[in-house]
Amino acid sequence: MVDPELRPDPDRLLQTLGQAARDAARGKLRVYFGASAGVGKTYAMLAAARAQRQQGVDVVAGIVETHGRRETAALLEGIESLPLRQLPYRGRRLQEFDLDGALARRPALILVDELAHSNAPGARHAKRWQDVHELLAAGIDVWTTLNVQHLDSLNEAVGGITGIRVWETVPERVFDAADEVILVDTSADELLRRLREGRVYLPEQARRAGEHFFRKGNLIALRELALRRTADHVDDDVQSYRRERAIQTVWRTREAIVACVGADPDAEHVVRSAHRLAQELECDWHVITLDAPRLTPQSPSARDALGQALALAETLGARVETLPGGDLVHAVARYARRHNMTKVLVGRGRAQARARGWRTWSAVLAGALAPGWIWHRSSFADALAAGCPEVDVIRLGASAHARAPARGRPRAVAREPGPRRPAGYAWAVAYCAAAAGLSALAFPVLHQTNIVMLFLLAVVAVALRHGRGPAALASVLSVGLFDFFFVQPLASFAVSDVQYLLTFLVLLGVGLLIGQLTAGLRMQARTSVKRAAETRGLYEFARELSSALQPEQIVASTGAFVHAAFGSRCALYILGLDERLAPSVPPGQDLPELDPALAQWVYDHGQAAGAGTTTLSTGALLYLPLKAPLRTRGVLAIENPRDVPFSVADARRQVDTYATLVAIALERLHYVEVAQQALVSMESEKLRHSLLAAVSHDLRTPLTSLVGMAETLAREPAALPPAALETVLAMQAQARRMHAMVVNLLDMARLQSRDTPLRLEWQSMEELVGAALAAMRDALAGHRVGVAPLSALPLVECDGVLIERVLCNLLENAAKYTPPGSVIGLQASAGAGELQVSVTDAGPGVPPGHERRIFEKFARGERESATPGVGLGLAVCEAIVHAHRGRIWVEPAPGQPHGARFAFTLPLGEPPAVQPETA
Amino acid sequence: MFDFPAQVLLIEDDPHIRRFVRLALEGEGCGVFEAETVERGLIEAGTRQPDVVILDLGLPDADGMVLIRELRGWTQVPVLVLSARAAEADKIAALDAGADDYLAKPFGLGELLARLRVLLRRHARGGAGSPAVVAFGAVRVDLPRREVTRDGQHVHLTAIEYRLLAALLSRRGKVVTHRELLREVWGPSHVEHSHYLRIYMGHLRQKLEADPAQPRYLLTEVGVGYRYAG
Repeated sequence: MVDPELRPDPDRLLQTLGQAARDAARGKLRVYFGASAGVGKTYAMLAAARAQRQQGVDVVAGIVETHGRRETAALLEGIESLPLRQLPYRGRRLQEFDLDGALARRPALILVDELAHSNAPGARHAKRWQDVHELLAAGIDVWTTLNVQHLDSLNEAVGGITGIRVWETVPERVFDAADEVILVDTSADELLRRLREGRVYLPEQARRAGEHFFRKGNLIALRELALRRTADHVDDDVQSYRRERAIQTVWRTREAIVACVGADPDAEHVVRSAHRLAQELECDWHVITLDAPRLTPQSPSARDALGQALALAETLGARVETLPGGDLVHAVARYARRHNMTKVLVGRGRAQARARGWRTWSAVLAGALAPGWIWHRSSFADALAAGCPEVDVIRLGASAHARAPARGRPRAVAREPGPRRPAGYAWAVAYCAAAAGLSALAFPVLHQTNIVMLFLLAVVAVALRHGRGPAALASVLSVGLFDFFFVQPLASFAVSDVQYLLTFLVLLGVGLLIGQLTAGLRMQARTSVKRAAETRGLYEFARELSSALQPEQIVASTGAFVHAAFGSRCALYILGLDERLAPSVPPGQDLPELDPALAQWVYDHGQAAGAGTTTLSTGALLYLPLKAPLRTRGVLAIENPRDVPFSVADARRQVDTYATLVAIALERLHYVEVAQQALVSMESEKLRHSLLAAVSHDLRTPLTSLVGMAETLAREPAALPPAALETVLAMQAQARRMHAMVVNLLDMARLQSRDTPLRLEWQSMEELVGAALAAMRDALAGHRVGVAPLSALPLVECDGVLIERVLCNLLENAAKYTPPGSVIGLQASAGAGELQVSVTDAGPGVPPGHERRIFEKFARGERESATPGVGLGLAVCEAIVHAHRGRIWVEPAPGQPHGARFAFTLPLGEPPAVQPETA
Repeated sequence: MFDFPAQVLLIEDDPHIRRFVRLALEGEGCGVFEAETVERGLIEAGTRQPDVVILDLGLPDADGMVLIRELRGWTQVPVLVLSARAAEADKIAALDAGADDYLAKPFGLGELLARLRVLLRRHARGGAGSPAVVAFGAVRVDLPRREVTRDGQHVHLTAIEYRLLAALLSRRGKVVTHRELLREVWGPSHVEHSHYLRIYMGHLRQKLEADPAQPRYLLTEVGVGYRYAG
């Protein structure tokens, strides 16, 4: 018996199968992976490519950097090279890999060197690995090269070892998704030898730090990293192999990690660490940040750092959430519980930040008023551990990057936004002057302690009204003025009593603290006003969209609201009923830069592109797919606003929300349209019915008169001259023919309308044949009809009226096309699950090649004269027989020199039982 | 050609149809009264005491069905319906309301006269009760003795076959709907079992008709019912 534990998990197997199906369509990616430049990756790749070529594989070099090395260039000979694409950039021409050329050429295998390369502005994707991704998606195999320091997760580690951080990185998942990783390895000594011989090409950046980078210790460390990473990749392969073979003995319970980041320098470090951990545990990971009102205003650089960290998390595959609310511990704990997170990662950020500047001073003071964890991350971790005991709280070590003096970062002095700043300082001076003047008046009366109070009042007033900077100025000024004018010795900054030092300190401290608090409050107020405005905008937009009944209304309100919210123009590409994107620009706006090809790309891939994204980011417009719950409904193209560009996470989130609203409105509209069409078709069906009834009635009445009157005349043959009698008989025949035509037309119309159900009953074919022969008695008067015995046939389930029509039409047809006096035979037989009925005539037969055409009805006047007179009769027969799931055909009459045999079948079922008669 | 100079009431709003039907009937020696509306038709039927009524269903003032029901309140005069409504459901509705036969427009005069003849024959004997012996083709049915012969030979019919035959014979010329026959012969619980009818009618034709595939007396009105045309 198979141990259930050892069976492969069906879900996982399904996943594997789906993966296999996707893999079959995708190209294969092979990565030549090395520790550093100069190990011979390109060389190895080219050598292998030559071997492939000799085996007849269609190999094309998309882009290969030979760096002027002869032996490498020699290998490239004989391999077709794709021409590079020229991109104009600031007066220069940059050469780039031609993605569209490669897609058009469609080789079996393409060589694309330097996976980590960043494309020149103007290329479709920002990164070459995205190009490779598209090539793979198109089913083209790709070989590429990669150095270990360009791997996103190792970039930091390598930077820590070598002191050089590269900005061209490749996300981990791209590397992990590679089908093959081939490690190109060289010992450190060999590499150094090559370097000395000048056989290693160094990029500009590395050349500057050349000697530092290529120290033997570094190279050994890099080699180890590369070897480890390759081993990991092999391990992944082993893992998936084990999964397929159900070797796994222990199913790990599902781990999930949530990383908490704030506007700290180490936010990125936290994200990367979480990613590494998540990879090791093979689990989902989330990154959350708290969008809480703060006492300290955020510096723009800190905001940028946070935005970058969140963007990085998204590219690394995390689910990113911004939590509202004030209580961080509570919010994180709730999130962790709701999403069943097992580990919470917390950084150390603030510990370092505290070492800097006066800002920390005020922070410590403010700390007296605020819960401690806002300021001390360590306490946050403790608080979280206490509030959420079932979760592992992991406190990260400080990042290497944060330990080193941060380069280009410490622009962290909080700048206070607002136009009032210069005026604020003037006001600070004025307040202090006023306080000094007042004090001078009161000096003879008041004690010095109360004089200080006047200055304190001035400082508090300045802090409240004009913020931190003016408050600091006011504090300093007050201290100076108080000391100079009111402290012994007067008119000097000298201080006789040390006690006054405390007074000065308190004055300064209070000024700064209140300034800090007011600035925070003001920031918070401004944020909430902005939030409120955003929310109101969204609400109004949603309301407007919900009342839209036409796509034009959606376009117009989108234009108006996007302009109100971002100050930018926009355009919509809406998916029409013909599955094509049609551009529509709001009235009064025009966007000359619209790129329909890019819009189509965005729609096809369901990914945003253009400004603020990683795809064609140099464009002036952002293209967002309008993803509704059921499918993508179009594309929103929107101008990148000047003040807050879409690269800022907040703006992007807001515009995404707009896009979602538009998408949902479009989807709603689509269904309104579908419903309307259904209604219209219902109405037209009803109309058709009444029309049919009217036509039926109104045609029958005059036809009746016509037939009847002609017949009346013909009943007195003696009263008419022979020529007139002949005319009367012809009139009668034509009137009857017209009637037959009308009946066929009406039958056809009825059969084609959807709601004419068959009235199935168990019928006797003998009876139906009898009725048809009786109905056709006049038409068949000139022929001899031979009917085979039909009594032995079983009952057949059919609509008797319709099958009688089939029989009548076939008999009439036979009578019409055969000479008078000839024999018309009618046979029926049961067998093989069906009943076959045939009408055989001795007429001229059906011309070869027309066997199917004679069953076709006139389609809008076509072929009207091709087979004259056949008309609708046979088409009606075919429609009826098909409705019964039978077949109808014509063949030459068997055993006769000429003539046709029309046959049709009806499926035979099991007739209901009949109680035998008791008597 | 008719057995007696019958009085015919023709209720039809189309003057052309009235004209040729009337010519044809007068040619057969009948007296014809005309009416264009249901109201007029009822008055004529009451005052003229016709032997047969020919009725168009689509009349300007009301549906012909109203007239049939009204008429059946006080007379069993045969009613032949002429209608442009060709659907079987319309035919069944008219027959259920009390009509005897149904002809869809356009119809042949020969057919009309033949049907009228059958209806008039029954009507002529209507007052005197059903005949004791019915003969058609080579078949003789002795109703009191429940005996059927064909060419002088005894024909064995089962009880149900006989009941079915008798039900049709008693309504000579009238189209009897499936439901009516099923209810009468098999009982109310069998009104949906129309396949019984198909089988037993097949037996009857086998036993009584010269060519069961082209019956002359036991006729099928597909989708509606059966008719004895004797």
